[in-house]
Amino acid sequence: MAEERRQKQCSVTLPTESMKAMAESVGVGQLQEESCVALSEEVSYRIKEIAQDALKFMHHGKRRKLTTSDIDNALKLKNVEPLYGFQSQEFIPFRFASGGGRELHFYEEKEVDLSDIINTPLPRVPLDVSLKAHWLSIEGVQPSIPENPPPATKEQQKTESTEPLKVVKPGQEEEGAIQGKGQGATAPDGKGKEKGLIRLKPRSTHELSVEQQLYYKEITEACVGSCEAKRAEALQSIATDPGLYQMLPRFSTFISEGVRVNVVQNNLALLIYLMRMVKALMDNPTLYLEKYLHELIPAVVTCIVSKQLCLRPDVDNHWALRDFAARLMAQCCKTFSTTTNNIQSRITKTLTKSWLDEKTQWTARYGCIAGLAELGPDVIKTLILPRLAVEGSRIKAVMEGSVISNIDKIGAEHVQSLLLKHCASVIAKIRPQPDTVEQYRTDYGYLGPMLCSHVIKARTQAALQAQQVNRTTLTITQPRPTLSVSQSGLSGSGGPRTPSIIKVPSSLTLMSPRPGTPSQPSPPATKYIVMGTSAGTASTQQVITLSSSQSASPVTSTVPSGTSTLQPLVKVESGGGPGLTASRPMQKYIVVSLPPSASSSLEPKSTVLSTSVSSTPLDTGIKLERSESPGVSTQSPH
Amino acid sequence: MAAVQGGMVDEKEEVDIKTEPQSDGFVNTNATDGRQLSPSPGSSSSAGSSKTAAGAPEDQQTLLAVLQFLRKNKLTESVEILRREAGLPEDALDSKGVDCGAPGSGGSAGGVDGLDAGSLLSRVTVSSSAGTPAPTKAVADDQPDVSVVLSAYSQQGDPALYKVYYSDLKKFIESVLDCHRAELSQVFYPLFVHMYLELVYNNHESEAKAFFQKFSGDQECYYEDDLRVLSSLTKKEHMRGNETLLDFRTSKFVLRISRDSYQLLKRHLQERQNNQIWNIIQEHLYIDIFDGMPRSKSQIDAMSGSLAGEAKREANKAKVYYGLLKEPEIELPLDDEDEEAENEEGKPKKKKPKKDSMGSKSKKQDPNAPSQNRIPLPELKDSDKLDKIMYMKEATKRIRLGPENLPSICFYTFLNAYQGLTAVDFTDDSSLIAGGFADSTVRVWSVTPKKLRKVKSAADLNLIDKESDDVLERIMDEKTASESKVLYGHSGPVYGISFSPDRNYLLSSSEDGTVRLWSLLTFTCLVGYKGHNYPVWDTQFSPYGYYFVSGGHDRVARLWATDHYQPLRIFAGHLADVTCTRFHPNSNYVATGSSDRTIRLWDVLTGNCVRIFTGHKGPIHTLAFSPNGKFLASGATDGRVLLWDIGHGLMVSELKGHTDTIYALRFSRDGEILASGSMDNTVRLWNAAKAFDDLETDDFTAATGHIHLQDNSPELLLGTYMSKSTPVIHLHFTRRNLLLAAGSYAA
Repeated sequence: MAEERRQKQCSVTLPTESMKAMAESVGVGQLQEESCVALSEEVSYRIKEIAQDALKFMHHGKRRKLTTSDIDNALKLKNVEPLYGFQSQEFIPFRFASGGGRELHFYEEKEVDLSDIINTPLPRVPLDVSLKAHWLSIEGVQPSIPENPPPATKEQQKTESTEPLKVVKPGQEEEGAIQGKGQGATAPDGKGKEKGLIRLKPRSTHELSVEQQLYYKEITEACVGSCEAKRAEALQSIATDPGLYQMLPRFSTFISEGVRVNVVQNNLALLIYLMRMVKALMDNPTLYLEKYLHELIPAVVTCIVSKQLCLRPDVDNHWALRDFAARLMAQCCKTFSTTTNNIQSRITKTLTKSWLDEKTQWTARYGCIAGLAELGPDVIKTLILPRLAVEGSRIKAVMEGSVISNIDKIGAEHVQSLLLKHCASVIAKIRPQPDTVEQYRTDYGYLGPMLCSHVIKARTQAALQAQQVNRTTLTITQPRPTLSVSQSGLSGSGGPRTPSIIKVPSSLTLMSPRPGTPSQPSPPATKYIVMGTSAGTASTQQVITLSSSQSASPVTSTVPSGTSTLQPLVKVESGGGPGLTASRPMQKYIVVSLPPSASSSLEPKSTVLSTSVSSTPLDTGIKLERSESPGVSTQSPH
Repeated sequence: MAAVQGGMVDEKEEVDIKTEPQSDGFVNTNATDGRQLSPSPGSSSSAGSSKTAAGAPEDQQTLLAVLQFLRKNKLTESVEILRREAGLPEDALDSKGVDCGAPGSGGSAGGVDGLDAGSLLSRVTVSSSAGTPAPTKAVADDQPDVSVVLSAYSQQGDPALYKVYYSDLKKFIESVLDCHRAELSQVFYPLFVHMYLELVYNNHESEAKAFFQKFSGDQECYYEDDLRVLSSLTKKEHMRGNETLLDFRTSKFVLRISRDSYQLLKRHLQERQNNQIWNIIQEHLYIDIFDGMPRSKSQIDAMSGSLAGEAKREANKAKVYYGLLKEPEIELPLDDEDEEAENEEGKPKKKKPKKDSMGSKSKKQDPNAPSQNRIPLPELKDSDKLDKIMYMKEATKRIRLGPENLPSICFYTFLNAYQGLTAVDFTDDSSLIAGGFADSTVRVWSVTPKKLRKVKSAADLNLIDKESDDVLERIMDEKTASESKVLYGHSGPVYGISFSPDRNYLLSSSEDGTVRLWSLLTFTCLVGYKGHNYPVWDTQFSPYGYYFVSGGHDRVARLWATDHYQPLRIFAGHLADVTCTRFHPNSNYVATGSSDRTIRLWDVLTGNCVRIFTGHKGPIHTLAFSPNGKFLASGATDGRVLLWDIGHGLMVSELKGHTDTIYALRFSRDGEILASGSMDNTVRLWNAAKAFDDLETDDFTAATGHIHLQDNSPELLLGTYMSKSTPVIHLHFTRRNLLLAAGSYAA
């Protein structure tokens, strides 16, 4: 390895083509090949020399990153005029392009109109340097305050849960590693044995400080309480606060017990709240939930497949909860499934088993399919597609039979739309064109024709998307759509705390930005604009909330609205998957979705709008669909 | 103060003359003379190595050889001195010179006979003195130093054979007994470097590359940085002006090898007639031969790693007065109020005896301390005395630290510094913090409720009643009070910063090549000390004020006095940037750490280097003296803290644990605890007292410098405290032993 690297060090020189290009740029037309070689060697050497000097400046600047100013200083050392105008504190976004077997890194320089710069308002003056003191340690003990890092890092929690024998006290982990390294192969045996004898897992006490107890109480109350704004804040706190490690067991129990009780009582709202808590816990970058999965997974699975989740199954949108929980489950599987715990395969087995059971009700059936479908196209391909025909006949029996109750009918409809939604995109990928209805009918039975139209739509949409992307070169895929806004600065350190995004007056919105799912080929970023008109309330505000994970803080503008009876509410959410909206009566939602580049969403009555909504640069097609459409998770029961 | 300066210079000269006749100084002088006068450095190496190698009978031969050399170079005065010192008769040289010349010439002709060290030496002497190649000399005369240095490489060998030579030697060393192998393996790296350079110098580029690729993987990992520099150097033209290369050439790589191992190596090379390697060893290596057990691999590894090998043993022999200076006797009005308080409680006499014992202790002169006026120190002012009294008061309230009693740590985070914080310092009484920033500014904060105020303008000062008691208070301008002040003046990142002990001045050193002195009364710049011309990495005030030291990219450290715009001393010797500078608590010595991975201790009085410590594997970024002046701690980019015994010139302990560059080190006020702060966002506390107690100080270790380091870092580590993505760049113990740490939050 080291050998290889050194070899590389030895041989790296600039290509002679670069020399030619540079010579041309300064007006030297024809450069001999030999001179090019000589020049490139010389230039490479000088560049290496300068880079080595620049490193010195980096070290003395007490930084880990080499900056352009370091290079400038190194040039100054050599009495070379530094390059002016290339100041950049952070990294320079080099773009990468390849083609024709050549790789190219280039710096994208945009032409900027000077008047634009002049006319833009000045940015806020950056905050001045300030000094803040806190206790890093009090008589040898590190107090757990926001200024100090959490007692156990995510990695530690991970090793602790996956390799319980390796448990080390926080703060001593490196030491152990170094010790091993320092002694090499000579002596670790002795110490290892010694440790092996006393390697009983220490019983850890879980005492919460008074503040923590208070926090726990506040958070849990807010999470299941009635005030949505408070809940949003609480969830935000759960998703970002670095010091929750100690409280994790309590939260886990709270959720598991809560689900147990509320499933029996069919309290849909509370179940949703609890699932959102699970979501927030999973989003917290400092927590590693592995140890608590035995409590969380049953709770989540309950919310996916339970026979009844609400008091009025014919009216309430418990389907949304199932979808949401299914996505949580999928996220769980992706994050925590290992070869030892086999979560994914166990879940898959359980879900398949109950799906295959003839006696399973439509609600549970829906949950099973949703749970499986969320696990990714591979699972869809291997488990769902083969059973499409069987499922189709069952749906047919319900739809066309007359004796069956309304509840079953609704269930069957939902299952049908769910299957169409998930399968179409997969089929579009694996099935060669053309799509003929007959072929589909023979292959997939009752669902065939509908599937066919969905697949066709998915294909055209993908093509359209590709075209648009080419035309505008606007990337809509965003790296990691999250609800929470990145937490900046030391919490409580005076840095401005960004407000939480969710500002939903009098409506209950369940948003599930799908986490970065690498195995999911369809890009996760779909933009939804949820327009709701509620006639019941007399508020005179139009709230436009735009959130995009690229910008650090959401843009929120509040405009007084002229009419007093309407409360239009426009939300642009950047999040994968269909926005899941369970709502109170008396509200109408129009979901305008911006499809991502591939065909992940597939809805029937969509029309392409070319208007840009509010201030977002949405050049891509906007699909508008009515809330009655069965494929969407939004419902507006009256 | 000018008088002070003059006095110092005189003393220095005097000492210079005194040291000249000593054998150490003598050899050194000759070595340099030799290098200047003749381009073949072989002679001086032989003089050096023979001296250490010499037994009783060989001693005389050595002396004779040296005499011969001196005479050849017409250094008659030195000849006289040497002869007088050695007690040799006038004719000894003439008669014996021929004797030792004869086998010598035979040796150089045949080159194969198994000679003992003495005759080998004389062979070298003769051949080098007789065979100084005329053409090289001609080149040397009219060309600058660099080409002289490089020309030594001009000797031609068959480039294709280099690989054979090297792998031949490798095979040999791998086949010798285990006890010798580790020692002889040291030869690999310098040989590799010089052979590679020779190939490059003689324009065998492809052979050089092949040679590098074949053998660079064998070298110890801690030489990787240097190898990287070497690998980019593939043409003769590159060699001119490459500093790393010059370091290899101008300074001999020092190896310590036991006599047995050395004999083995020599015999092998002579049997094989491996002149190429033998020449390199003679010309570019300094082999410090010792009698006794060969060292083990771990012993060697502990000491190696520097740019130019280990320190020569003589380099650390000079006596260092590491003791503390006697504290001036100050009438302590200390207990006035305390005693009153105690009187009220009815326990009047409790503190008296304690105070007496303290006083008597400080009255006794430490045998290892330099004389009080060894270097002239500024007189104590009234305000200094007041401060001393404050100090003593605080000291009585100091917490005694220990493994069971760890200090509390207060962390000062610089927010919104945008990664621009480059240096921090606290005043000794912990009332002020100064930060140096990459945007060329220096900022000073007050961390006590007392705000920072400027002195009133001259016109306003005239109005003040100068006789009043609170005149010091009256001169301050209340309108300018604020918690922090910004000092503008530098034109580059500020890399070093230091408060004067009396808190009236602040020093800052910057990339722009200057050191600036700021007044903390007017908050203006008073002086810009120019001299370094290159970035100045660090600066520090003497613990007694007045003097300060600075070190920078120009590889020298300079000692300044605040009232002189030119340096009083220039400490030259490091082979790469001087990255950090520290004053010894007694102000008589200065320690400097460098990118050449060595630490040097310099005598402020004479300007001589009195200690060279090697063992770090990366550039050194911080140093700290223990409060009693006996020990030095150093931290480097390799993430290790090394502890050194100054008196014996030995490494005492190695503290492993940090995973990134260590930027801050500090001993607690009583020296029990060592705190280290690093780029890896942690503060670690180490049991310094235990580390020093474990020290083996038997005569053998002290004499040979071969230490057995125990790998006991985990036991010595008392605590690790992680900050939240805030690299720790400065540490400070308050007078009551509260640890303050500082760093800037990296978002």
